Amino acid sequence: MSINMNPAMNRRSLIAGVAGLGAAGILAGCSNGGSSDGGSAASSDGAAFKLGTIGPLTGDTATYGVSVTNGVEMGAEDFSTKDFPLTVKKEDSQGKPETAVNAYGTLRDWGMQALVGPTLTGTSVSVAEKCQSDRVFMIAPVATAADVTADKDCVFRGCFTDPNQGKNAAKWLAKNKPDAKIAIIYQSDDAYSQGICTAFTEEAKADKLNLVKPDLAFKTDTATDFKVQLGQAQDAGADLVFCPLYYTPASVILKQASDMGYKFTMMGCDGMDGLLSIKGFDTSLAEGVLMTTAFSADDPANAEFVKAYKDKYGDTPDQFAATAYDCVHAVAEACKKAGLSLDTAAEDACDQLVKAFTEITVDGLTGSLTWTSDGEVSKEAKVFEIQGGKYVAV
Amino acid sequence: MNAFIQFLFNGISLGSVYAIIALGYTMVYGIAKMLNFAHGDVIMVGAYISFCATSYLGMPGWASVVLSVIVCTVLGVVIEGLAYRPLRDAGPLAVLITAIGVSYFLQNAAQLIWGATPKNFTSLVTFPVPGFLAQYKVSAVSIVTVIACLIIMVGLMWFTANTKMGKAMRACSEDKAAAQLMGVNVNKTISMTFAIGSGLAAIAGVLLCSYSPVLKPTTGAMPGIKAFTAAVFGGIGSIPGAFVGGILLGIIEAMAKAYISSNLANSIVFAVLIVVLLIKPAGLLGKYVPEKV
Repeated sequence: MSINMNPAMNRRSLIAGVAGLGAAGILAGCSNGGSSDGGSAASSDGAAFKLGTIGPLTGDTATYGVSVTNGVEMGAEDFSTKDFPLTVKKEDSQGKPETAVNAYGTLRDWGMQALVGPTLTGTSVSVAEKCQSDRVFMIAPVATAADVTADKDCVFRGCFTDPNQGKNAAKWLAKNKPDAKIAIIYQSDDAYSQGICTAFTEEAKADKLNLVKPDLAFKTDTATDFKVQLGQAQDAGADLVFCPLYYTPASVILKQASDMGYKFTMMGCDGMDGLLSIKGFDTSLAEGVLMTTAFSADDPANAEFVKAYKDKYGDTPDQFAATAYDCVHAVAEACKKAGLSLDTAAEDACDQLVKAFTEITVDGLTGSLTWTSDGEVSKEAKVFEIQGGKYVAV
Repeated sequence: MNAFIQFLFNGISLGSVYAIIALGYTMVYGIAKMLNFAHGDVIMVGAYISFCATSYLGMPGWASVVLSVIVCTVLGVVIEGLAYRPLRDAGPLAVLITAIGVSYFLQNAAQLIWGATPKNFTSLVTFPVPGFLAQYKVSAVSIVTVIACLIIMVGLMWFTANTKMGKAMRACSEDKAAAQLMGVNVNKTISMTFAIGSGLAAIAGVLLCSYSPVLKPTTGAMPGIKAFTAAVFGGIGSIPGAFVGGILLGIIEAMAKAYISSNLANSIVFAVLIVVLLIKPAGLLGKYVPEKV
């Protein structure tokens, strides 16, 4: 996940500009995030393999961080064995790279042996640099930008990259809806949205898809009003709008389109997951929305996980929680494969985990997962359609 | 042509949301001579109150708006009394920083109370749109927003021109010390200004979220900044100026998106602002007051 949205940040710089007061922002930004021990499944003598996880637990993007860290915590409980217990420590990044690096430092002091995190792309890129230079094994569950794993042998990833998501979506359309007249609405100041959009456009052109209005952009600070973009898409006769967006702007688009009486099929990627769980959202608006995502809470095969998660956190797990859970599963498998002992130092664990990771196959919630030596996961791309308020595989 | 008119209406409806918020900014600035950067966050609180009243307490839409206006009015008075009144004689920078602090406080308090997960605000305004407007895809909430905006603007102008409290407000805006000597209770007047401004913020919050349904602790931040821009654009301190500024800002934004580049929409809006301020430093309808030495 890459997130580049912080209206408070924009406002802060603007106010600083107006008043000529850079210091205001610095003062406001130094509140310290809480941290907590969680999911401890340590054996009776307290020894356990120490997993760290980092995510925004407060702030604008907290919903992603909470999902990921919950998923890691549950994974650590479920994949602890008597001989090889796992314990987890969560740290708050507030979605900021510099805070995430501090959080990483805290985890290192605690004695972390492998890192499942951070959550967002920006934070993951910074922490990945540290992990690479310190030789600490890291798997970023849901950070999608190519930079996270590029040139770093000890950094792995649990999800598709942005370009792959865009490509998968275009290929799926070429196969299943070759006649669609497609418009694209994307967020031009967000790496996630931009990355998918570029790859989608390339693949769509290669597949001769009919792109009638491919360049409808918006930015964080214009994300409240999409009527102009929708008007242009409608004018161009688009019947499918590809929206590589997070669910928040997507919900606004659906609402405003319905206000305008414009009917189309919306297609999105994994960031769209969560659309149905927005409190108060009229889910009938989302009927027929397509999305490429890795996990469906409605799939009977995942029922056990979903129930356990609901019981523990009172919320339906999304794909972020599921992917993080799978990553812990994979780390546990890799530890077993490499025959690590509980007191292996992080640096030694790293080399062995890197080797083991390319050899394991994990039958996880998000499919059957294997990893290549450049850290990328390979799994099946799934497309879901929202029907009757549920995700249905299509 | 059809598309052009549609974009124009989009601009007007977006602009009227900015205008309602801008009216609150301009009221407070005009009278208390301070930029209340927490105004956008009072909007957010207003929207949350209305959201909770309808979805948790099952109140009807109109009652939730009334409740939200009452809560925000009280909140405005409390903020003014606790945070701004002690700084009445301090420099403008101290007050500005305090306002930024209040803004962060409200955002973080909202996050503690309601959580960071965005909530979807169900529009409180739904009625069939008359045919000649429906063909341009004008939504019911846009019509209500424009009408509400006009009523509020006229109401405020009447209030400041004709009532005793309104005259006291104008007196405070001209010269606080002189007003006090003439028997105006300055603290009470400024409290009243905040009460009105915050009450308006509650209405703005409900309309903003009916228009763009995502409600989260930072919902008020960006529209607040845009509305502040609109207020400066129209001439800060001027009530009709806030209205004109808001509507123009909305139209420029919509047209820039439609015909120039959706990427550059905001850059164009702010470029226009700079040009206007170069030509008319006090804003479109602002009064230029020469410094007398």
